[in-house]
Amino acid sequence: MFNEYNPIDNKVFQIIDDKGKVINKAMMPAVSDEKLLKAYKDMLFARTADLQIVSYQRQGRIYTYPPNYGQEAISGAVGAIIGDNDWLVPAFREMGAMLAKGVTLKELFLYFMGYEDGSKFQNAKKTLPISVPIASQLLHAAGIGYEIKYNKKDEVVFAFVGDGGTSEGDFHEAVNFAGVWKVPVVFIIQNNQYGISTPTRMQTASESLAIKAVAYGVKGIKVDGNDYFAMYKAVEESVKACKNGEGPVLIEAVTYRKGAHTTSDDPTKYRTKEEEQQWESKDPLRRLKLYLEAKKLWSEKEEEKIIPQYKEEVDRQFIEAENYGPYPKEDVFKYLYAEMPDDLKEQEKEYERFLQWKASKVK
Amino acid sequence: MKIMNMVNAINDALDIKLAEDKSVIVYGEDVGVEGGVFRVTEGLQQKYGVERVFDSPLAESGIVGTAIGMAVAGMRPVVEMQFCGFVYPAFNQIISHAARMRNRSRGQLETPMVIRMPYGGGINALEHHSESMEAIFGHIPGLKVVAPSTPHDAKGMLISAIESNDTILFMEPKRIYRAIKQEVADGKFTIPLGKANVLAQGKDVTIVSFGAMIREVQKAMVMAKEAGISVELIDLRSIYPIDRETIAKSVRKTGRIITVTEGPKSFGLGAEISQIAIEEAFLHLEAPPARVSGFDVIVPLPKGEHHYMQDPYKIFYEIEKIVKY
Repeated sequence: MFNEYNPIDNKVFQIIDDKGKVINKAMMPAVSDEKLLKAYKDMLFARTADLQIVSYQRQGRIYTYPPNYGQEAISGAVGAIIGDNDWLVPAFREMGAMLAKGVTLKELFLYFMGYEDGSKFQNAKKTLPISVPIASQLLHAAGIGYEIKYNKKDEVVFAFVGDGGTSEGDFHEAVNFAGVWKVPVVFIIQNNQYGISTPTRMQTASESLAIKAVAYGVKGIKVDGNDYFAMYKAVEESVKACKNGEGPVLIEAVTYRKGAHTTSDDPTKYRTKEEEQQWESKDPLRRLKLYLEAKKLWSEKEEEKIIPQYKEEVDRQFIEAENYGPYPKEDVFKYLYAEMPDDLKEQEKEYERFLQWKASKVK
Repeated sequence: MKIMNMVNAINDALDIKLAEDKSVIVYGEDVGVEGGVFRVTEGLQQKYGVERVFDSPLAESGIVGTAIGMAVAGMRPVVEMQFCGFVYPAFNQIISHAARMRNRSRGQLETPMVIRMPYGGGINALEHHSESMEAIFGHIPGLKVVAPSTPHDAKGMLISAIESNDTILFMEPKRIYRAIKQEVADGKFTIPLGKANVLAQGKDVTIVSFGAMIREVQKAMVMAKEAGISVELIDLRSIYPIDRETIAKSVRKTGRIITVTEGPKSFGLGAEISQIAIEEAFLHLEAPPARVSGFDVIVPLPKGEHHYMQDPYKIFYEIEKIVKY
């Protein structure tokens, strides 16, 4: 596959078309109906949650949030494949993959409500917290990859970045390090066409982002990121390559950010309604749904039945997060060092004295 | 005169310099089409074209490094770091080159450029969007670091910064980007960098602060006044070079000094200013210099941020302590 879709040729790897019809049968991954249906439902759940969060944000119940809307197949495919022992190194638009690792919606809510406890994952192992400084996390993935190779483990790292992130030096250093070390890292660029307001064509003069793999001597592929099957196959083959010692792999997943960069952003400033319309037929859930419906695996009726259940579940976890309670002042201090330095202890005590004084003033 | 907030005033300063000096250009992440995430550069690309006001690739080191190249070649770039917390990839370029080029070339080369960046907390932001890291920059020989507290100052100081032949870190208190409106003079005027501004005369205690904290100090001063304590307020405006004389003169008068800053406590601006007071006014001091600052911790996410931020009570607490000392 990697030879056939060498980024030099700038071909986009696709399996289904916009109508959900298989156009590349030879490459169709072997996925059971049951697994496929689960993947679709997971993506639908992620989308339901994502849309709900934006409306909570509009109601002032959550702070700034970066929607995943339109990009669900990328995280969905990784989520279907990633194992408990594999690592997830997210950026901040990978809800599906995080949920697959065992991060709960409640934890994501806590994070975006402004509690660090949202990154204190109770169940998700081998999952790094959300990383805001663009592309910086990719180097950590290369380092984790080194540990896997060093200890001869049968594991893979999945690391995410956006199209804008490929302009940062850390992106290049990470792919280069991973290439030199030949470590099992699957780098996934979610090319959603915009870094906030800046279109991908203004990030690079390269004809694709996948082609950057060629310069670093690693496998690369440009995939239709809104085609669940293509994403699944690309991730599956990448894992195979990594486990054969042929990693790393760089996947450019071409997609479209249907929502805003974050809830603080207004896309009407920099893109047209026509453009948004053009991408509508490429929507990843729509395409997979058309495929499932044609195979009689899913129906509009079932979807209408399940969405209210999902909404209820999202609401339940949201309300749990809303009732998380006050932020204890100890939490400001206690996680900085293995053992708190005396001076910091004194700062905490002085803060306590201040609070007592304040309580005596504000009656 | 026009009523302006700080966003308008900075935009006005950029507009004036772009109009009068062809060597001035403006770029950074999302500053062109969108006009910046805070809309500070809004309308400038339409007015001056994409060659002079544009969106760069997403790379802070790239932005600052290329600006250094432009500057040594004779241009006057004004670049934006989207948030102070995102400046770190550019440290190497700022510290290793922008701050050193003149010294390294023994005066042959210079880097007349401005690095604008919104800083500070109190806006319920995500991680890395609330830092106040002025002390790090103040520590770097070869840089000038300034931060306005009003729209008027922002305009006059930014024009001075663009006209300066040094590299200026222009820190913008985003918490008060739109919170304070005032009359700002039309057209060009400058405010010299390196000069503090005495905002209120007082006799009991000197408070030195800057940026968004000035407003918090002013609220604390209302409490102090009720308690019969007279506060002299100095808006530093320039972190480096620092106006020793204004600080010294005030402390010689009041005998007490409190610094109010947002950054972490240790090795921060408060320590530097207190030392100036000790060196310049030791025999006048009636109490040890006091600091209101952040703790030595990471700025908490929004739900915990109130523990960290300086509120008027924290400031008044120190005022009360220092006069009772």
